Amino acid sequence: MMNQDIYVVIEHLRGKTADISYLMLAGARALAQATGGEVIAVLLGHNAQSLANNMAADKVLYVEHPALAEFTSDAYQRTLAGLIAGKEPRAVLFASSSIGTDAASVLSARLKLPLISSCQSFSADGRPICQICGGKIMAESDLPDTTTLLTMTPGGYKPEEGQSGKAPDVIKVEAPSLDNLRVTLKQYIEPEAGDVDISKEPIIVSVGRGIQNQDNIEIAEELARALGGVVAASRPVVDQGWMSTSRLVGKSGKKVKPKIYLALGISGAPEHVEGMGESEVIIAINTDTNAPIFNVAKYGTTVDLFDLVPALTEKLREVKKV
Amino acid sequence: MNVVALFKLVPDLVEELEIDQSGTALNTDFLRLIINELDDHAIEQAILLKERSGARMTVIGSDAEGADDVLYTAVAKGADQLIKLMGDPNAVINNHAMARATAIVLKELQPDLILTGVQAHNDLDGSIGPLVAEYLGMPYVGYVSGVNVQNGRIVVRKEYPGGLIAEMEVDLPAVVGIQSAEQPPRYVTVNKVRQAMKTAAIEERPLPALDVSGGAAIRRMFKPESATRAKMIEGSTEEVTARLLDIFKEIGAL
Repeated sequence: MMNQDIYVVIEHLRGKTADISYLMLAGARALAQATGGEVIAVLLGHNAQSLANNMAADKVLYVEHPALAEFTSDAYQRTLAGLIAGKEPRAVLFASSSIGTDAASVLSARLKLPLISSCQSFSADGRPICQICGGKIMAESDLPDTTTLLTMTPGGYKPEEGQSGKAPDVIKVEAPSLDNLRVTLKQYIEPEAGDVDISKEPIIVSVGRGIQNQDNIEIAEELARALGGVVAASRPVVDQGWMSTSRLVGKSGKKVKPKIYLALGISGAPEHVEGMGESEVIIAINTDTNAPIFNVAKYGTTVDLFDLVPALTEKLREVKKV
Repeated sequence: MNVVALFKLVPDLVEELEIDQSGTALNTDFLRLIINELDDHAIEQAILLKERSGARMTVIGSDAEGADDVLYTAVAKGADQLIKLMGDPNAVINNHAMARATAIVLKELQPDLILTGVQAHNDLDGSIGPLVAEYLGMPYVGYVSGVNVQNGRIVVRKEYPGGLIAEMEVDLPAVVGIQSAEQPPRYVTVNKVRQAMKTAAIEERPLPALDVSGGAAIRRMFKPESATRAKMIEGSTEEVTARLLDIFKEIGAL
């Protein structure tokens, strides 16, 4: 029979717990308050038990197996399928990430359980509130009556809220047979170093789709030079090959916290905000009044960047000469 | 090798999105649809595989405004077979239903590799790729930005935060969720697309009965209200420039 506990599938990579795991524990606590259950962290790994020490969970279910040392979709799915079907928790939270989304949808289909994705927070009565359409629309759903799988995005809770000074009890759970896996990790490839490390720069001028083409990036570079900063970019710009991957800010790129983050023609999709939302002062320039970037920026303007950026560069040069 | 690329059409986020009278869905009356950008990358990756290994390539999408354009564009780029799933476009928002229906059509095609965008911005109940994978009993890897065929298996580049890549080896047949192709989706001229329209045929297949179980039950949709919305700087370019300079000074950047 289904219980009221909220499970959190802990995400870790090369011996380090991802921030999103703690954030999910905080979200799980909010949901558990509505359902009246416990918060239970689910940790899959090999010699990884110590990762559980600072988790704000009522207990930790730890599955130990060499094949679980690093994430592969097949091994995680098999392990979690048995565990979820056997325990029947109220809900299972996965990160809306390269790891969590590989597991969640497959398990939804395999176990015939409902799945709600991109959930940012829970209402006081336990309804998931999700962020869709690049952050332009929020959707509140009912929590289905059966065990429900959810993927979580950042924004609703803070990682610190999911950490604790007191180590939770760890209960070991037997791993299933993990032979004949169809997906195996061959190797990790380190990121390209690039010429600058944008995560260490205090002033970043970042360009998004609104820059329109590669030639226009020059105006951003000139502004960055005038300000004493560096240029960075959102995903669409890097995918077009207009800027190197080492300059990418966001979920799959670098996390930056500069003093000033100037966003030029960036809409502010959740994947981008994940990488720059904690910047000290965000200034957004975007002609779309409804762009979600204005929800995280301190200052904003809808003046066309192609008018504003050259004017701003010129003024900065004048001021700095004096 | 048989490679299939799946795509879906999603609201163009450049347009203003409105919530309909029910309060639980987007108003689709004036909604402009475009291809899910990551699906466009999946199509590109499939074409690259075809060019490298001589694969046969099929593109599948469901019937919606703009679907024909996507299909003809794909054939102009190099696709061999085009399939359009005919049915209720309003059901497309439920990925579980779409994935079940698509899996039935895919079974006939016996693909070795299925590529699709790792996500779409209007996904509410997971993404199409891993759901299709499980309904077909195939392995799935997502967030991939490169696929190579080696000795009857594939080696994919899976992206992690911070630019870290995991090289994963995957048994075939498999489904791969594409984050980006190895190169930006290529451009084809309108002329080439027009030519393709004259020669290529779109096979219309009825969508099998839709089973929406597993999807989300939306109670209400709303636009995010931010307590910390930006202070908007109004005025002419000169006025905004002057104000921004003041702000730079205030925060000690000048």
